Amino acid sequence: MAEFFSMGGYAVFVWGSYGLTAGGVALILWIALRQRAKAKAWQAMAGEDQP
Amino acid sequence: MWSAFANPERFERLAARLVPWFGWGAVILFAIGLPWALIISPPDYQQGDTVRIMYVHVPSAWLSMAAYAGLGAASFVYFVWRHNIADLAAQALAPIGAVFAFLTLATGSLWGRPMWGTWWEWDARLTSMLVLFLLYLGYMALRAAIEDERLAARAGAILAMAGLINLPIIKFSVDWWNTLHQPASVIRLDGPTIHASQLWPLLVMTLAFTALMTALVFMNVRNMSLAKRAEARARRKVEGGEG
Repeated sequence: MAEFFSMGGYAVFVWGSYGLTAGGVALILWIALRQRAKAKAWQAMAGEDQP
Repeated sequence: MWSAFANPERFERLAARLVPWFGWGAVILFAIGLPWALIISPPDYQQGDTVRIMYVHVPSAWLSMAAYAGLGAASFVYFVWRHNIADLAAQALAPIGAVFAFLTLATGSLWGRPMWGTWWEWDARLTSMLVLFLLYLGYMALRAAIEDERLAARAGAILAMAGLINLPIIKFSVDWWNTLHQPASVIRLDGPTIHASQLWPLLVMTLAFTALMTALVFMNVRNMSLAKRAEARARRKVEGGEG
């Protein structure tokens, strides 16, 4: 297991890349959820069913 | 056929059906691709385990370029036919493409440091990718800076279409100039030069990221369209109440 996490001595670079990518994916998911919340808010203001 | 999807309600219904398919498709593909990339695929004989950065770096690069091609195409459709859904698609693609362009630069830097001995080099491939990232930021900043929505959409569309010239520069930069970056090893006329043990996990990860981006673009365009129509109705309601 330790060998897996050490990534042949390049752990910082490999896990850093995957960590940054996970952060990027989390950011675009957050943007999508914020957009959804905005749509729901407008629909509530218009007195409609929510998506 | 395509003009049928310019109808917001029809597009919203289609998007509502497609999002779960692409979303769950992305989850399944990541569940297969991540262990394949991190555990099953072998280390490179020269690069060792740093080659595993390729499985996030290359899909990010491809998607940042694909998203920009989509942004340019949607901008063209809006500019010529004034289809609002096309403008919403352009707005949805920009932040996602910007994130992938940033990830390409950041993961490339993390890969370059141990392999090239430098975090950054002003060579043609890296610089043209930085230009792509700046084009995304410029597009979003331009739209945010103009209050009139239609004017912002038109100005953004012109910038997006002009920026399309950067895509072939990125793609062929490694052939046209001497660069530190390696030449293409997957999309080549004579076939991929990368070994199958690394090619397949790379393709699965690329499909996973593509499915994720597609789901999010459809979801965002649908929600922006719903919000826009609901906002118009809410305003009419308020104005009607006041009158």
